[in-house]
Amino acid sequence: MAISVKVMRRPEAGRTSYMRATLKGMSLTFRHMVRPTKVTLEYPEEQPDLHPRWRGTHRMEVHADGRPKCVACGLCPTVCPANCIRLVGGEDDQGNRYPIVYEIDEFRCIFCGMCQEVCPVEAIHVGRHFENAEYTRDRFVYDLDRLMEQDHPTTLLWDPSDPRSE
Amino acid sequence: MGEMQELSTFWFVTIGAVKVVAVFTVVMGVVAYMTLAERRVSAFIQDRLGPNRVGPFGLLQPIADGIKNIIKEETMPGTAAKFYFVLGPALAIMPAVVTIAVIPFAAPLPTPVGTVDMVVADVPIGILYILALSSLAVYGIVLSGWASNNKYAFLGGLRASAQMISYEVALGLSVIAVLLLVGNVTLTETVWKQQQLGMWFVFPLSLAFIFFLISALAETNRLPFDMPEAESELITGYHTEYSAMKFSMFFIAEYAHVVTASALLATLFFGGWDIPFWTGDDMFRHESGWIRGFDEAGAPIPATPNVLITLLTLGAFCAKTGFFLLLYIWIRWTLPRFRYDQVMHLGWKVLLPGALGYIMLVAGTMLVLDQLEVPFGMLYGGVLTVVSGITTLAFLFFVDRDRVISGAHRKRNLARARARTAPKAGGPAATS
Repeated sequence: MAISVKVMRRPEAGRTSYMRATLKGMSLTFRHMVRPTKVTLEYPEEQPDLHPRWRGTHRMEVHADGRPKCVACGLCPTVCPANCIRLVGGEDDQGNRYPIVYEIDEFRCIFCGMCQEVCPVEAIHVGRHFENAEYTRDRFVYDLDRLMEQDHPTTLLWDPSDPRSE
Repeated sequence: MGEMQELSTFWFVTIGAVKVVAVFTVVMGVVAYMTLAERRVSAFIQDRLGPNRVGPFGLLQPIADGIKNIIKEETMPGTAAKFYFVLGPALAIMPAVVTIAVIPFAAPLPTPVGTVDMVVADVPIGILYILALSSLAVYGIVLSGWASNNKYAFLGGLRASAQMISYEVALGLSVIAVLLLVGNVTLTETVWKQQQLGMWFVFPLSLAFIFFLISALAETNRLPFDMPEAESELITGYHTEYSAMKFSMFFIAEYAHVVTASALLATLFFGGWDIPFWTGDDMFRHESGWIRGFDEAGAPIPATPNVLITLLTLGAFCAKTGFFLLLYIWIRWTLPRFRYDQVMHLGWKVLLPGALGYIMLVAGTMLVLDQLEVPFGMLYGGVLTVVSGITTLAFLFFVDRDRVISGAHRKRNLARARARTAPKAGGPAATS
């Protein structure tokens, strides 16, 4: 595509009034001075309105008895493009598979949300939450207990039949 | 009643010291809070919020800034001329804070030991003292620009001196119109004459006010005349190499100049501490007492200094000065910076002849009025207002629409037009 240049036509000499332009500018700034348009979100006091499909900090859904819903199928570490999920699966007496180790490195995560999409039992989710600052780097590796403790709302999955979530 | 009780020497010195400390403190406080006001107002103009974290509405921000600037590391450029590098900020700040001393800020205050003038020093040279000292500030700027051993700083210093000289002329000449009308140079008498005239000098001397406002903007190095520190061209001009408190001192000096210029604008053209439409606050030292005015026969009408009047007039003075401070900020965040040649053009080719012609006009009008024995009052001011108003409109007409000053495009267009119409060498005129 060719780069186009927009040529601003300068008014001819003698046609523009500097006085009027100055006064117009002064009145414009005065209007803003007395009644500023509010643009800034005063963040810590005001929380942003997160979109329903905002993908943030993960959380693990739990059963009523407190066990994680995860069945350690291994799909999420497989699909994860950033390779940030570490999963070691195990099996209990009844033959139910469960995660022995389930860790997500939130630093490596790119928040694509594919783990949530691929999960067959709707166990791992990305959430509508972003305030996960920590004082040390190792705190950013979330283990299973920490993922289960998260209680923020989960992300709404993209529905192909309703692409704009209307 | 009207009898003046002179202060004894002891009280004169004591109260003088108190006034010095009080005025200095207030000016420094205003300067500190003007930095905050500048940032907040500019933020509002640009639809931002500005500093609002430190204290309620960010009101403690100047204190935080001060502490930060004091504990910051000061850098000293290796090639700087060290003595002058340190001397520069000191020279810049000193004239800025002493000029406010001659500006009267309220009606005289009665105290048990005598009536106190509400001015730090009512020196007989008044406005001349301000003109002399405020232009001294440029030494600090030029010296720091040179001592920094930095080409941008040096250019900033040079620009500051060139601009200061150019606009000092226009500033002084626009003040002359006021001096003609007052007949004296003290600022207390300037206020008194405005009370006597029944109108502020901004009306009978409207063009002088415009000249003074423009020159004052240039003198204080404020936008649209901040050539010495034009960020886009000179980094920050003469304070490029300065850091921490030394930089802060330039900053304080600039704002102190702005405060002085605002107070001066209020005093010279907006009646100083005079409360409009009320003659009850008129007060002036005349021979042996305080007078309110003269009656029909020319006998002085005595006035009684009153604490309430002092407070009210102080409020009026603060309101007027505050308005000009706001105007300074408002102009800064609206108008773009002039090009350097435009600054010089405006100063030398427009303001200087304009102010000179205006002095002649005011002097001539006053001569005619005095010959006709028009009393110094409403009619006198009214005639001057009409004459000045017409002149002001004519000035604005001629300055506008490229008639006297113009942008670069005007020159370009003219050059093109000339090239189009000029006959080709050795042939007939081009027909295209």
